[in-house]
Amino acid sequence: MPYIPHSDADRAAMLKAIGVSSLEDLFRDVPAQARYPEINLPDPMSEPELLDYIGAFGQANADLNHFICFLGAGAYRHFIPSVVDHIVSRSEFYTAYTPYQPEISQGTLQAIFEYQSMICALTGMEVANASHYDGATAVAEAIVMAYNVQRKKRNKVIMSPYVHPEYRATARTYVQGLGLEIVGDDRQDLDAILNLVDEQTACVVTQTPNFLGEIEDFRGVGDRVHAKGALWVVVADPISLGLFKAPGDYGADIVVGEGQPLGNPLNFGGPYLGFFATRERFVHKMAGRLVGETVDAEGRRGFVLTLSAREQHIRRERATSNICSNEALNALAAAVYLAAVGKCGLRRIAELCYHKAHYAAKALSKVRGYSVVTTKPFFKEFVIRCPMPVGELNDELLEWGIVGGYDLGRDYPDLANHMLLCVTERNSRAEIDYLAKALREVAK
Amino acid sequence: MKVEKGLLYLESHEWVRLEGDEAVVGISDFAQEELNDVVYVELPEVGDTFAKGDVFGTVESVKAASDVYLPLSGEVIAVNRELEDSPQLVNEDPYGKGWFVRIKVSNPEEAKTLLDADGYAKFLAEEAKKGGH
Repeated sequence: MPYIPHSDADRAAMLKAIGVSSLEDLFRDVPAQARYPEINLPDPMSEPELLDYIGAFGQANADLNHFICFLGAGAYRHFIPSVVDHIVSRSEFYTAYTPYQPEISQGTLQAIFEYQSMICALTGMEVANASHYDGATAVAEAIVMAYNVQRKKRNKVIMSPYVHPEYRATARTYVQGLGLEIVGDDRQDLDAILNLVDEQTACVVTQTPNFLGEIEDFRGVGDRVHAKGALWVVVADPISLGLFKAPGDYGADIVVGEGQPLGNPLNFGGPYLGFFATRERFVHKMAGRLVGETVDAEGRRGFVLTLSAREQHIRRERATSNICSNEALNALAAAVYLAAVGKCGLRRIAELCYHKAHYAAKALSKVRGYSVVTTKPFFKEFVIRCPMPVGELNDELLEWGIVGGYDLGRDYPDLANHMLLCVTERNSRAEIDYLAKALREVAK
Repeated sequence: MKVEKGLLYLESHEWVRLEGDEAVVGISDFAQEELNDVVYVELPEVGDTFAKGDVFGTVESVKAASDVYLPLSGEVIAVNRELEDSPQLVNEDPYGKGWFVRIKVSNPEEAKTLLDADGYAKFLAEEAKKGGH
């Protein structure tokens, strides 16, 4: 049964309206041999046949219920307590969209408000928005905000080469229409990057842990950036903030990052959420939705979208951003996750990641043919040099049931044959020992 | 609704008070009434220069954001910092404590193109008749 609603009479009326006599006449400009090509489709299947057929395709994926994973590089596998799915699956929360009407949306608004509050606590900032599409978008929006805070008078953006390569690419795409210049990511070390800061600099963007997993020494960075009147954007792994100092406590002006590690599954790359937090004095320049706490006419506590005059539906082309939406369901999952694990739990998770990653680095440093090249302090990721191209190595590891690390040669030419490995609380000691064994065997 | 005597006005509802070669700029009582509760005023920086008719700031109320235009060309020599914490001054005292910026006027001749109080009052009356607002 074709799902085409038009009758022959409808079609005739439409053809007549545009002045052609028949459907063939309408398509006469298309070369004849391309007009009605033969399409060799297989015969139709019944529903159970189709499920089996498509299901077999699914089996070809190296999914993490069946494979051991040491891949991170921006998307992280952490444990998700079942309460997260339970809450986000409630039909009251079945919308990915931010609610305009406080009269009917108190639950969602309160959840977003609590998400914002927890992001503030985590980052050491004063105000957080209701989330962006992903970490990359949040970074780009941070740059745009810094530019607006500087009243569009400074058009240089300095980025560390160890900000996630995809975030840097996204930021470049995002700001091309604003005439901003992104520099610095061809430099090697933080000092060289900071030497670029001048009176034309809108902001400096650094990441912690950086893309190579290292915790760089950020002491004095804020002062050097602020001395020239620029803002400092810190991209952070939210799980790491359970253990390490909040960027707000060492001088960051904007803290952003990928919120996926907080209660969101890997999801084959999305949907994710970008978190975004800043100082209260910049709130009028912030992008995105913002939920505030207030009281109703009878003095009862309630929640509403606030400071909306920044946004596109009011300010049109002069809005702080073209994106005035958020990832409400993913932000909800992050909020439930943070509430479920709590302050102590988050610290414990971060500690597990830290200690297991360090156990792994030690174990792998003993495997012949490989060396751990990370020398700075690191959190849950570190870099090893491999005796063969990383792509080939990962193909071999898949045979062992292991999803290997990230091929750094893809983004850093001088890091060919270097693999970024990620170890979280989900990786058992047995898995790490098994990885060491597999690497040893593969190198033989 | 009050139209203060002695000031000059733009049809976009800014007022300007000439004081020698300087001028103080704000928005009219009519404008603040139309905007309703002002929650934020974005002002330029001292030292910024603008031409007549340039957008020099933004005023936000609960449900709208409006650009404000400079009635005369000049350099900003002071901004009303009190509005940062007390934007409601724009509603309470639009011709006094709710002022926006003080400028050094670069071309006094431009003042001739502005409306005086009577002219602005007449303009408002005509607009009201049209039912524009």
